[in-house]
Amino acid sequence: MKPPPFRYAAPASVDQVVSLLAAHGPEAKLLAGGQSLMPLLNLRLARPAVLVDLNRVRELDYIREEDGQVIIGAMTRQRTAERSPVVRRRLPLLADALPLIGHPPIRTRGTVGGSIAHADPSAELPAVLVALDGSVVVRGPGGTRTVPAAEFFVSYLTTVLGPEDLLVEVRLPAHGDAGTAFLEVARRHGDFALVGVAVLARVSENRCRGVRLAFTGVGPTPVRVPEAEEAAEGRELTAAVCAEVRTAVEARLQPDSDIHASAAYRREVAGVLAERALRLAVQRAREVE
Amino acid sequence: MGRGVTPARRGTRRSRQPSPSAPVPVSRQDVAVRINGTVYQAEVDVRTTLADFIRGHAGLTGTHLGCEHGVCGACTVLLNGEPVRSCLMLAVQADGAEVTTVEALGTPERLHPLQEAFREHHGLQCGFCTPGFLMTALAFLQENPRPTTEEIRQAIAGNLCRCTGYQGIVAAIADAARRMRGESGGG
Repeated sequence: MKPPPFRYAAPASVDQVVSLLAAHGPEAKLLAGGQSLMPLLNLRLARPAVLVDLNRVRELDYIREEDGQVIIGAMTRQRTAERSPVVRRRLPLLADALPLIGHPPIRTRGTVGGSIAHADPSAELPAVLVALDGSVVVRGPGGTRTVPAAEFFVSYLTTVLGPEDLLVEVRLPAHGDAGTAFLEVARRHGDFALVGVAVLARVSENRCRGVRLAFTGVGPTPVRVPEAEEAAEGRELTAAVCAEVRTAVEARLQPDSDIHASAAYRREVAGVLAERALRLAVQRAREVE
Repeated sequence: MGRGVTPARRGTRRSRQPSPSAPVPVSRQDVAVRINGTVYQAEVDVRTTLADFIRGHAGLTGTHLGCEHGVCGACTVLLNGEPVRSCLMLAVQADGAEVTTVEALGTPERLHPLQEAFREHHGLQCGFCTPGFLMTALAFLQENPRPTTEEIRQAIAGNLCRCTGYQGIVAAIADAARRMRGESGGG
């Protein structure tokens, strides 16, 4: 048997999850879609004493609109979100990002909340959350709290979630009126990105408004580059403005080198992707204007 | 419950019905999975993967295990009609589910159109990766019956083949799409 021994419970409600975490928190691991945790178990890199399986908690599977936000239950499958007309219409940036996650068999199981809680530095959904200034709702021992994206990610695979916390839902501002693009460079379609960028832009009177750029794969957490956003803000997207955006991106990012790519390569690719994604987002924004 | 305490082995509790109190974590649990129309029932160690349940308990060894961490795609099966990596699921998670494996496709005497196309286009050599490719392609063609070559390449990007090469596999899936649409194959 590949995984190490553990005890297993499959609660049926959020209340049951909370009480299991209260009893076993520090020695327990939450099992969402399992597309990251199961490899860690099979490789015996993780050895939790107790596995709390969220897959029978039906109340965590929903997508609904509320006050200009789209609210996605943590256990909503990535494939379900990918096929959702609400996501396509109201969250085009998420719709751009979802097909880039792993492969269809991974997205069948993988969940929106699981990917965000796992906080892999190369993952797509954390960058979407940060680009949109979304938030997550967390149920913990002290009750329920809302954590803004900017405060959620701490470092590699580390968030503000404590051992007794459960990420309950993800809240993303609807932006069907904006142009979006998620571009990435990976060694193979579906692999983790060497560099990826999420871009959101609106256009009025030919000028960029509300520009957002968030990168994945270039640091311990998703990275926004305010200097690049400001370089484009209120301006027409000319070649000169694009060059300023690239310069700002390359000046700000400090990616690491690894066996797949050097830091210099990642920085250059980040600049190129930022320009391409911004041009694409602006073009799409004109179409919805 | 302390770590040294052995949880109940018999009458392990099932957590299907919501109840006010949370289920107690257990080491073994009953599981019943319908695989290709037959229900296989057993009490298993909770850490048994679905892949090991399919091969070890159900005796259906057509599902192959390559990397066992979700990279190679050899263990791909359909879970309630959707493709999944059976090495990245626990058997207990499939309790009550419907699983389809490569054994459901065709028989040596009467191959599935996908299997015929793989044979004719040299889509396999050693055959180890083939069940995963077939199940991935099956789910893909059900959703996209008229794929472009680029779409086929993307669809199988999560499956590794180390001997045949992908040209024959891509050609086989394109031909299988034609056959499954009822057009003559071989083109």
